[in-house]
Amino acid sequence: MERIYLDHAAAMPVDPRVIDAALPYLAGKVGNPSGLYEEGLMAKSAIEEARGRVADLINAEDTQSIVFTGGATESNNIAVRGTALRNARTGKKVVTSAIEHISVLNPAKDLQKSGFTYATVPVDPWGVVDCEALREAVTPDTTVTSVMYANNEIGTVEPIREIGEIVHERGKYLHVDATDAGGRIPIDVQRDGIDLLTLSGNQLGGPEGTGALYIRPGVRSQPVVLGGGQERGLRSGTEDLFGIVGMGEAARIAAADMPGERRRLAAIRDRLIEGILTLEEAALTGHPTDRLPHHASFRFSRIEGESIQLGMDFFGVAVATGSACTSRTLEASHVLLAIGLAHAEAHGSMIATLGRSNTTEQVPAVLHAARETVKRLRAITPL
Amino acid sequence: MAEQQIGYSKKVMEHFMNPHNVGVIENADGYGKVGNPVCGDIMEIFITVKDDRIEDIRFRTFGCGSAIATSSMVTDMAKGKTLDEAMAITRDDVATELEGLPPRKMHCSNLAADALHEAIRDYRSRQGE
Repeated sequence: MERIYLDHAAAMPVDPRVIDAALPYLAGKVGNPSGLYEEGLMAKSAIEEARGRVADLINAEDTQSIVFTGGATESNNIAVRGTALRNARTGKKVVTSAIEHISVLNPAKDLQKSGFTYATVPVDPWGVVDCEALREAVTPDTTVTSVMYANNEIGTVEPIREIGEIVHERGKYLHVDATDAGGRIPIDVQRDGIDLLTLSGNQLGGPEGTGALYIRPGVRSQPVVLGGGQERGLRSGTEDLFGIVGMGEAARIAAADMPGERRRLAAIRDRLIEGILTLEEAALTGHPTDRLPHHASFRFSRIEGESIQLGMDFFGVAVATGSACTSRTLEASHVLLAIGLAHAEAHGSMIATLGRSNTTEQVPAVLHAARETVKRLRAITPL
Repeated sequence: MAEQQIGYSKKVMEHFMNPHNVGVIENADGYGKVGNPVCGDIMEIFITVKDDRIEDIRFRTFGCGSAIATSSMVTDMAKGKTLDEAMAITRDDVATELEGLPPRKMHCSNLAADALHEAIRDYRSRQGE
């Protein structure tokens, strides 16, 4: 049976062109970029080339504003915790939206132990940040405000430029987690007034365990991991040459392919949405139009998400769910609760995120799998 | 170090994909319902009783893979048993018959034995015991 993989937001296959570019650095080319011998200079130059490619993807004004990290979680931690702690003298308040990734929420919550105040801003039923509530939450002592570019569970793209304007009226820095938006839609940190921006290497089609943090020149932050002071002192540890070169190549490919891939995936997405919504008691989650081109998310009443995932897998289709039963904490998705769903409604979620391997021809098989799975589970449910 | 089970056992998946004894018994002798929508698992069990034995048993479940599989398994285990024998079936017995459940599923999604016991208690209270 042909497998149809629709969980790209959780893990992306590494692009073969990335492997071609990065493999020599795993399989032979050696050199610590701190060294002044030939091998070291070669490594340093490969890293700087990758840095430039990541900077180009988000139109950063200076390649040195890009810091390579061990992934989006680490970037989010530096951006929220590091920046808040570094700027504590000017204020001890942080603000995030209610639907941020856990790697933003947890550092923000944890800062309360260090005497910070933390406020969350609600979203509307489509997952769009409430800009009036944001305006009230951001006070002159707010050093870090963190709002994601687009949400991983419901696909909604936030009005980042407007958010940037609001944050800068009274607050200090805007951090944007662009893990899911990076490489999918055009991002311009200068146009959008972004001070810090998180990128995941894997979400661009690069190796897992790679990430970057954009820090606008002049913005001060501090590391969360202390050591030898690599990456401008913000991310110590000998550079992951293979990972960084891979992420750089992935950023180059993502930028080059974006216009075509964006249109192609949006067309598949729209057919999926159209087909799934013909099923009984199925609803779209997230914004109907302002959503990521590769992202289709749903909820089904009276059935549960983990069962949907297992059922779809039986038909060869890999999807995600925001169901409590698949989370480590067994808690309902904070994103689905934040858009106003009751606990019982939040259980039946299904998330399909597209990638390079997906085609329009796969849509009928996915719809068949969904129809059969939903029918089977509805026949068992007491609700 | 003990080997960590990855995902669900084959037995769980068999019961999840083809659950046994699904449905409703009209005019059942006993009915039990456990769980709540917040935790995400709701199970109901219907029984008919003849000569102190469970003659027929049906279930309906809203929940994850293990919730459905444990419901199916407990109905298989209880069918034909005396009420006392069925009351003695524990959550652990159900998990064992399913060749194990992931640790975090042992409590939240292993309520099927509780639903069975509820149904038997309901039957007994109707009999005026």
